[in-house]
Amino acid sequence: MALNTSVKFASLQEGQQLESLTKPPVTKVQLVKYAGASGDFNPLHTDDAFAQKMGMDGVIAHGMLVMGFLGEYVMELAGNSAELSHFQMRFGSVTKPGDHITCSSVVSKVFEKAGDHYIALDLQAEKASGKVVGTGKATLRVF
Amino acid sequence: MDLDKSIIGLSGEKFTFEVEKGHIRRFAEAIGDNNPLYANEKYASETPYGGMIAPPTFPIAAAGGDLPLDLDTRRMLHGEQEFIYYQPIRPGDCLYCQMKVNDLYEREGKSGSMQFLVLDTEMKDQEGQMVAISRMNIIYRKLTTK
Repeated sequence: MALNTSVKFASLQEGQQLESLTKPPVTKVQLVKYAGASGDFNPLHTDDAFAQKMGMDGVIAHGMLVMGFLGEYVMELAGNSAELSHFQMRFGSVTKPGDHITCSSVVSKVFEKAGDHYIALDLQAEKASGKVVGTGKATLRVF
Repeated sequence: MDLDKSIIGLSGEKFTFEVEKGHIRRFAEAIGDNNPLYANEKYASETPYGGMIAPPTFPIAAAGGDLPLDLDTRRMLHGEQEFIYYQPIRPGDCLYCQMKVNDLYEREGKSGSMQFLVLDTEMKDQEGQMVAISRMNIIYRKLTTK
C-alpha cells in the first residue's frame, strides 16, 4: 500500500489536509484492461486513430478510471476504521497515457448523524502539471 | 431536439447483475488497486466487512436495461458521477437493477443553455433492500451545426 497508515479518525479536524497518493503513470494497456473490466468500450479510450478523428492527440483515460483512483485512495484512508456511505466526482481535464495522477483530500466536516460518527472529505485528482482532472467528495461512516 | 421534463421518472427494464469474484479482481487490477479487501478472503474475513467486497466504483460495471428514450450519444458527456452506498457489494451477490431518470434541468453555460440529465441505477438485493445507487450526471450538449 502506498500510504503508511489509515487515518486516525478520532483525531481528525475540519480543514486538515490528509496524506496524498500518487499513482503510477496511466498506460494504454491499463485503459484496455479498464475497458474490459468496466464494460465501457468507447474507442475514445482504446483506439488512437478514433480518438484523433474526435480531435484528440490520441486516446484519453476513462473518467471512471480516475474516479477509481480516488476510490482506491479513500478506501486506503478508511482502512478498517470507516466505510464509504457516499462518493461523488466531477470530471475536469482529460487524463492521457503517461499522466501521473495524485489524489489528495481535506477534511471538510466531522459530524454525527443518528448516533453514527461521520467524516466528510473534499477530494482532488490532479496531474503532475497541477491540472485538476477531477474534484469530488466522500462521506465515511466510522465503524 | 432537446429533452423535456416529461421524461423524469421514466424507468428502464429491470436487469440482474451477478457479482463475480474474478470480475471484481479484474476491475481492481485495471485501476491498479491492490487493496486486499477485494482479493484476499482470509484478510477480508478479519476486517469489519467480514468478507470480500467490491471497490467503490464497481457498480459502474453493471450495465443493462436501457431507458425507453431516444438519446443521442454524441451529445452526451459524463460530467459527474455519484454513488450512494447502503450495503457493501460482495462476490456472489445477485443485484436487481433498474435505471431511472431522476432529473432533467437546465443551466446557463458559456455557450448558452445546457441540459443536464440525471440517471440513477438502483441496485437492490433479493429482499428488495437497496444496496447502492449509481447516479450519473450527463451533460446533454447542443451539437454545433455544420
